[in-house]
Order: sequence, then C-alpha cells, then structure tokens
Amino acid sequence: MEHEHNTGRRIGGTFLSVENISLAFGGVKALTDISFDVREHEIRAIIGPNGAGKSSMLNCINGVYRPQQGTIRFDGQAFQQMDPHKAASMGIARTFQNIALFKGMSVLDNMMTGRSLKMHTNLFLQALYVGPNRREELEHRQKVEHIIDFLQIESVRKTPVGRLPYGVQKRVELGRALAAEPRLLLLDEPMAGMNIEEKQDMCRFILDVNDEFGTTIVLIEHDMGVVMDVSDRVVVLDYGKKIGDGTPAEVRANQAVIDAYLGVAH
Amino acid sequence: MLYRESGQFKTSYAADQQLFPILQDRIGVLTLLAVALVAVPLLASDYWLTAILIPFLVFALAALGLNILTGYAGQLSLGTAAFMAVGAFAAYNFQLRIPGIPILVSFALGGLTSAAVGVLFGLPSLRIKGFYLAVATLAAQFFIPWLLVKVSWFSNNSSSGVITAQPVEILGFVFDTPVRKYLFVLVVVAVMALAAKNMVRSAIGRAWMAVRDMDVAAEVIGIRIMQTKLIAFAVSSFYCGVAGALYAYAYLGSVEPDGFNLDLSFRILFMIIIGGVGSIMGSFLGAAFITLLPIFLDIVLTDGAIWLGLNLPSGTTSMAQLVVFGALIIFFLIVEPLGLARLWQIAKEKLRLWPFPH
Repeated sequence: MEHEHNTGRRIGGTFLSVENISLAFGGVKALTDISFDVREHEIRAIIGPNGAGKSSMLNCINGVYRPQQGTIRFDGQAFQQMDPHKAASMGIARTFQNIALFKGMSVLDNMMTGRSLKMHTNLFLQALYVGPNRREELEHRQKVEHIIDFLQIESVRKTPVGRLPYGVQKRVELGRALAAEPRLLLLDEPMAGMNIEEKQDMCRFILDVNDEFGTTIVLIEHDMGVVMDVSDRVVVLDYGKKIGDGTPAEVRANQAVIDAYLGVAH
Repeated sequence: MLYRESGQFKTSYAADQQLFPILQDRIGVLTLLAVALVAVPLLASDYWLTAILIPFLVFALAALGLNILTGYAGQLSLGTAAFMAVGAFAAYNFQLRIPGIPILVSFALGGLTSAAVGVLFGLPSLRIKGFYLAVATLAAQFFIPWLLVKVSWFSNNSSSGVITAQPVEILGFVFDTPVRKYLFVLVVVAVMALAAKNMVRSAIGRAWMAVRDMDVAAEVIGIRIMQTKLIAFAVSSFYCGVAGALYAYAYLGSVEPDGFNLDLSFRILFMIIIGGVGSIMGSFLGAAFITLLPIFLDIVLTDGAIWLGLNLPSGTTSMAQLVVFGALIIFFLIVEPLGLARLWQIAKEKLRLWPFPH
C-alpha cells in the first residue's frame, strides 16, 4: 500500500546523510550518535515518542542547532555544523511544528519572503521600484501564484495570516517553504492538530510535491497511518537514540520500536 | 457607494501590484497632492505654514523613519531625536566646510552620516531585543547631544552649540519665504514617503517584517538577520537625519543640541504608536494628531470659554488642553491599539460595503 503513489518515481542515490550526530544542551543529551541517510526524491519519515529528538534532528540538518559531534553530508558536501543561511542557499527549506509564519504579513507576502534568496536587486532600486526591481517582483509573483494555485489558497492570498484558521496556516507554511523551490524539504509535524479531511489534503499535497517537483522530503509525523502510507523509509528515535530504520513494514515489525513507541493492540 | 471597486478588474499582476490598486485611492492621493501643492500655498497664512504645516511635515518624516525601524523591523528605539541632531549638525557642517556644495547634497550627506551613526548604535540589536534594546538606544540619545555641545567644532565654536542654518538655495532659487520653505519640505517629504512605501513593498520590507514577526523562520529562509536589522537602522536613521536637517533649515532656523532631547524622541514615538505602528500612512496621521490636536484644542477651548461667557484665569485653558489631549490619547489607544491607520483601514472596509452590512 505504501508504494502506490511512486510508480514512475525514480529514487536516486544518497542525497543527505547524517553521520554520528550528537547534540547536547548542557547535561541533556538530545541526540546520541545518530546516523541515517536520505536518498534523492525519497520521502523519509522520522518517528518516535515526544522528546525523542526528532525536531532537534531537523534543527541540526538546517543549522538552527549546532551538534557537538558528527558530520552532515548534503549534496556531496560535508559539514561539521550547518549554518541556516548556507542550508537555505543549498536548497533546504522547512516548516515548523508550531506554525512559524510571519503573522502580520499577508499570505502572498509570506510566500514572497520564501523567495528572498532568489531576489537580488539593491536597496536603491527597491526604493524607486523601477526597472529590475519591478520586473523581479512581477516574475516572482508569477512563481508564487503557481504555488498558491497548487495549494488552492487563492481566495486568501491577500489576508494577513494571523486571521486564517489553523489548517490553512499550516498549508501557507508549506507554501512558503515551497516558494523557495527547495531540493530538500523538512516538514515538522505537518499534520499535527488537523482533522481527517485536512490530513488527507495535506498528504495529497506532500505526495504531489514529491511527484511533480521531485522534492526530497524528510517529515516528522505522529499519525502512524500517514507515516505508513506516504513514506518510503522510516527512522525511529527514542531518547535521542536511533532504535529502528527501514521500510514502514520493517519498522512496524521491529520489536524495539513496538516496545518504545507503537505498542500492541489489546 | 462612492468607494467601491466593483468593475475594476485586474488582469495582470502588474496591475495588482501597483501602488494604489483602487481607482478611488489614486484619485484621492492625487487630489491630496494637488491641494498640498497648489491650494495650501495660495490660501494658507504664514502662521499656518511656519507654525503648523512645516513642523507637521518634518515630524511626519521623523515618525516615518522611526516607523521603519520600530514598526516594520520591530526594533524599539528611543534615539530618534539624537539621529535628527546628527542629520542637522552634519548638514550644517557640510554646508559650512565644503564651499559651493549644493544644499540637497548636504542634506543627503547629513542623512548618510546619521545612517552611519544609526548603524553604530544599532549594533547592540544583534544581541538584545525589545525594552533592553530601547535602553541601549537611550545611550545614543544622551551621548550625541552631549558630544555636540562638548566638541565645539561641530557648531563652529558657537556658544552652547547653537547653529544657525544657512539659507536654502537650489540653482540660485532661495527658499526664504514660508511658502517656499513649505513647498521645499513638502517635496522632500513626499519623495521620501514614496521611497519608503516602495521599500516596504519590496524584498527589504518583507525581510524587515519577517525579522520582526519570527526571526528564526526568517533565518531558516535565508534572510541574514544581522544585515537586515542594520539596514533598518541605517534607513531609519537616514530618514531621521534628513528630518533633523529640515527641522533646522526649514522650521526653526537655528537649533541647539539640547533641543534634540529625549522629550522629542518620546513625542515621535507617541506619533507612531497613535498613528499606527508598521504603517506609512500612520506616521502622517500620528504626526498630525500630535502636532495639530493641541493647536485645535487651544482654539476650541479658548473660543469655547469666551462663547460660554466664562471668565477663566489665564493658564486654565492650556491646562485643560493638556488634560483633554492626554484623555484623547488614552481613548484612542483603548478603542484601537493599532492606531489611527487601522481605524482608517476599518473605515475603508466598511465604506466598500456601505450601505450594506456585508
């Protein structure tokens, strides 16, 4: 069941690998010696109980946290510590567990901000709003409108995001990440707090992004049905350690994972 | 009924992204400009021009500068008056020490000097936020006027640091009468307001707001936080610097460093709080409120007392004016904490539907 969507989708070689990552905040060990890899065009899920270190892992990949040990290898380049700007310019985009939109700005402006790194006119031209700056604004507006179409949020494009309902905000945040045309998309609980219809929509968007744009996706999710359906491979973390890694079927049969997270039906 | 955009279809993104997408807004702005450029100079008395309209425009420009920093980029500052002082004194010194330099170049250089000083005092913003940053900018507010008095070179060795602005002359045309000064200030302020509006709807404005609203997310998108904050300080101080130069050259004529005190900084901060934080228009509304309302109240209270036949002791009306002014500020902040600009926006949204409720 988990591979129906990817017929015709080509999974490539290793795109991102994290090697022996350890991260501690003072005495608290958030991550201990974690290694796994992500292949190109793959959907890779990270699961585990609360406090297992899943979000910390994403934060290490895009440089918000600096791990004390280990290497992150992305697209052939090795980094001891990633830096957020470097990560963004190499094509890593992400969404946050607690929505981190720019609340005072419209949907459109939020998504235009997602394209910041692709805009290059200088301050002076921006103040005049002529020539290259005007052209650039229009060109990027066009690109952003494609994503607005794709996510079906046309009707709210001028609305300040603070006024939108939660499910739509989640969608806008995905849109802002997509606006950067990322090659690697990190999604931190994209479906948390959603009802079943919203979850289905979001799943469809994630699969479509992966299919149409070929974007590699790493996602954290607690809904096991979703994880089993959409992901190609799954990493399981518990107390900052890796306890399982493999296809959804393998992970589901893994005794350590069952003990720590999945549990058994009574 | 009049303010309705039905029938105005936008068929391109260019049409949607223009400055005023609604036809009525374009007509309104053009009318306002025409009134300000033609009708006001013809009709207004010298008192109105020199005591009301020129200071209103100068304060609006300073408020605009502070609004870029505080409203858009989210960095609280209490050093506005100090940056105005830098602009005024720098423009004076450029005029004084470089023979034959055009006045507008002096103003621009004054603004740039202020921008450099602003960046210097903006450096703490990289580590501290909010009220703590406000306290750090207080350093600028106390240090700069002190320095301008202490080092008499800045005021060309005049006593207590007073400078007398040179005449404003562009290509042989001297802006000496109130009407000419008013037009000069109006054009500078209008051009700079347009530039500010353009900045806040371009990439840099989005970067400022992104840093203001959620700095971690902005960083992950690839916005350089440090650079963005420092640009905000630079642009804001540039605006304040030019406002300071206009304050000296077109409004007061001669200024001293102590005139640019904390009281002035607070006044400008109140302007943006009442006008609307994060709104270009709010800067103008706030400046109008703070500069025009006391005069209006004064007239109303004095005439009202005469009309009612009350024989009030002198000073009562000015006291009453302060009381009413304070009460009005509190009233507006309770009714609409986001300022007059937000009230205006609500009014526009209502007007679009009027006379229907939905």
